[in-house]
Amino acid sequence: MGLFERLKDGLAKTRKGFVEKVESIFTREKIDEDTIEELEEILITSDVGIHATQEIVNFLRERVKKGGIGDSASVKESLKKEMISILGSSSPIVLFGEKPFVILTVGVNGVGKTTTIGKLASRFTSQGHSVLLAASDTFRAAAIEQLEIWAKRAGAGIVKHQSGSDPAAVAYDAIESAKHKKTDIVIIDTAGRLHTKSPLMEELKKVRRVVEKATSHAPQEVLLVVDATTGQNALRQAQMFNEAIGVTGVALTKLDGTAKGGIVFAIKKELGIPVRLIGVGEGIDDLRDFDPEEFVEALFD
Amino acid sequence: MFESLTEKLESIFKKLRGRGLLKEEDVDAALKEVRLALLEADVNFRVVKDFIQKVKEKAVGKEVLESLTPGQQVIKIVNDELCDLLGGKNSRIQLSPNPPTVIMMVGLHGSGKTTTSAKLAKFFKKEGRRPMLVAADLQRPAAIEQLITLGSQIDTPVFYSKDAKDPVALCRESIKKSKLDARDVLILDTAGRLHIDESLMAELKHVRDAVSPKEVIFVADAMTGQDAVNIAKNFNEQIGIDGIILTKMDGDARGGAAISIRAITGKPIKFIGVGEKIDMLEPFYPERIASRILGMGDVLSLIEQAQKTFEQKEAEKLQEKILGETFTFDDLKEQLKKIRSMGPLENILNMIPGMNKMRGLTVDEKEFVKIEAVINSMTFAERRNHNLLNGSRRKRIAMGSGTTVADVNRVVKQYVELKKMLKMFKGKKGIKLPKIMPF
Repeated sequence: MGLFERLKDGLAKTRKGFVEKVESIFTREKIDEDTIEELEEILITSDVGIHATQEIVNFLRERVKKGGIGDSASVKESLKKEMISILGSSSPIVLFGEKPFVILTVGVNGVGKTTTIGKLASRFTSQGHSVLLAASDTFRAAAIEQLEIWAKRAGAGIVKHQSGSDPAAVAYDAIESAKHKKTDIVIIDTAGRLHTKSPLMEELKKVRRVVEKATSHAPQEVLLVVDATTGQNALRQAQMFNEAIGVTGVALTKLDGTAKGGIVFAIKKELGIPVRLIGVGEGIDDLRDFDPEEFVEALFD
Repeated sequence: MFESLTEKLESIFKKLRGRGLLKEEDVDAALKEVRLALLEADVNFRVVKDFIQKVKEKAVGKEVLESLTPGQQVIKIVNDELCDLLGGKNSRIQLSPNPPTVIMMVGLHGSGKTTTSAKLAKFFKKEGRRPMLVAADLQRPAAIEQLITLGSQIDTPVFYSKDAKDPVALCRESIKKSKLDARDVLILDTAGRLHIDESLMAELKHVRDAVSPKEVIFVADAMTGQDAVNIAKNFNEQIGIDGIILTKMDGDARGGAAISIRAITGKPIKFIGVGEKIDMLEPFYPERIASRILGMGDVLSLIEQAQKTFEQKEAEKLQEKILGETFTFDDLKEQLKKIRSMGPLENILNMIPGMNKMRGLTVDEKEFVKIEAVINSMTFAERRNHNLLNGSRRKRIAMGSGTTVADVNRVVKQYVELKKMLKMFKGKKGIKLPKIMPF
C-alpha cells in the first residue's frame, strides 16, 4: 500500500462522517442560511473550534451575500480553499544545520509521544540516517523500557539513565554521544506533563537550556504531540508549551479513530504552528508528513 | 478544570442579574451564550442541543420565585439540569458477594488505564481489601513493566506473564490465582484500543465473557473533544460499561466530555483522576462539578479538603486567638503552612467562589516561601508585636531573610490587614476559611 493510499485509508473514517454530512448539504440546490448553519455544526462537531468555524462560516456568508457563490459546487470549492488557506503551506520536518539534528518531543500524558518517536526514528533510519534516542522520560514507570523496545525495532541507538534521574542530564549525554559518534539525529523523549503544572514546565525549560548548551544550534525542532481525540484543550496545550519552550511543529496522533482532528485549524490559525506529522495507525509505518491540501482534499473527495 | 466555562457563564448571568425582568428574549440570549460556552467546553453538539432545549422549556413561562432574581432563577434551572445530566448521585464501585470482585478497565490508548488501575488498587487497599492487578495489556511495549513498577510502589501483587499472547487465557488464569492467594479485588488492565477496531473489540468481549466482571470501567480522558460520544457509545454498546473514570482532571480542560459521556451512556462517573501520584483519585460529585461550572465555586470540596488538614482542636485554638486578638506572625506562618499542605494553591483557589475571576492576582507559591522567610527572620518579640517593627528592624529582617525592605513591608501590611479582617469576625460563629488567605 502506497503512502497516499495509507493516508486515505487512515482518513477514511474521518472522511465518512464529515464528508457525508457536507455532501448532503452540497447536493442541495440553493444555499440559504440553514445550509450555512448546518455547515457550522459540522465544523464544530469536527473539533474545528468555534473561532475557526466562525471565521470560515463568516467568509462563506460574505461570499454568498456578494453573489460570488450561488450553487453548492462553488460553496464546496470556497470552503476547501478557505480551509487550506488557514492551514497554510505544507511544512514537514526538514533536516538542516550542523549534526546532530535534535528533535525535542513534548506533550501532555498519553498522547503517544513514545510511539511517535519510535515511528519517526524508524522513518529516519530507513532513509539511511543514524538516529539516537534520549530516554528523558525518567518519570513514568517503564517508559525507558518502552523506548528501548522502539529503538530496537527502528534500529536506533538509545541513551538512558536510571528511572527517576535528571531528564536534562540524559538529553545532554545523548547529544554529547551523538557529537562524538557523528550521529545524524537525536530524538529526545520527555515525560508527559500537563501544561498547567509549572514545576514540570520548568523542568522542560531546563532540558531545552541544557540542549542549547550542548550544541549552539539545537534543538532545531520542538515537536508537540497532540492527540486528535482532544478537544479545544489542545489549543491551550499548544499555547502553554509554546510559551514555555517554543514549539516549532505539531504531530497529530490517533487520526485513525473517529476523531476528526479539526483542532489543527485552530492551532494553526491562533498560534501559527504548523502540523508536521500525522499518525494514522499503530504500525511502524503509520506516520506521515502532514500535507494541508492533501488533508483537506481527502476530507472532501 | 472548567474555569473558562465558569467565567463565561458568570459574565452572561451578570447581564441577567442587572435586569429587573426576565423576558423570553433574555432567556434566548442567555441560552445562546450558554450553548456557545458549552460547545467551547467540548460538550458534544447534540448533547448541548438537548440540554438547551430542556432548559428553555423549563425557563420560559416559569414563575420567578420571590426570593430569586430572574437571573438566579435561570442559573438554578441550568444548574439543576446540569446536575441531572451529570448523574444525580455519587455512585461507588460495587463489590461482588463472592470474591474476587473483578473490575475490567477499558478505554482508548493513552486515556490512563494503567495509572488508574494502580490508583484503584490503592483505593481498595485503603478500604481494607486485598487487591491484585492483572497486566492484561499485551500490546503496548513495556505496559507489563509499567504495571509491575506501579504495583510494587503500592505493595500490591501483579499477575502477569511476559510470554502471554492471549489476554483471555491470562485473565482466566488470574482469577484462579486470586482465589489461591485470597485476593478479593481483581483489577484487569486491558490494552488501549480504538472503539472501531473490530478485532480488538472482539477480543475485549472474549475477556469479558471469560471473567464476567462485576464492573467494566470505561476510562476516559477529560480533555476529549466532540468524539467522546462516539467512543463512549461504542464501548458501551459493544462491551457494556458499568461506570466511568475521568482522568487528567487536574489540567485546565473544560471537561465537557464528562457531560457528553454521561449523557450518551447513562452510566455514572465514579471517580476522577486529579494527578499523577497514585493516591490522586477522588470520588465524583456531580453537584460540585455542576455548581463549579456555573461559577458558584466548589465550596463543599474546599470545606472537605480543609477539614482534613485543619484539625478541630487547632481550629478552636485559632478561633480563641482571633477572638482574643492575639493573632501573631507565628499564627500566620502556621496558617500558610496549613493552606499549602492542602495541595497546589491554584486548585484551592479555584474552589473559592469568585476566585477564578481574580486571574490578575496570580498566586505565586514562591510568595509564600518569602512570607515564611520574612517571619522566620523576626525575633519572637517582633512576631508577637508588629508595632516594634521600625525601619532598622525591617532592614535587618530583609537582610536576614534574603528579601528587600519592600517585601518586609508588604508582609507586615498583609498581616495587619488580615488581623483587621479577622477582628471583624469577632462575634460571628465559626471561622470562614477562605478569609484567612493573605490577599
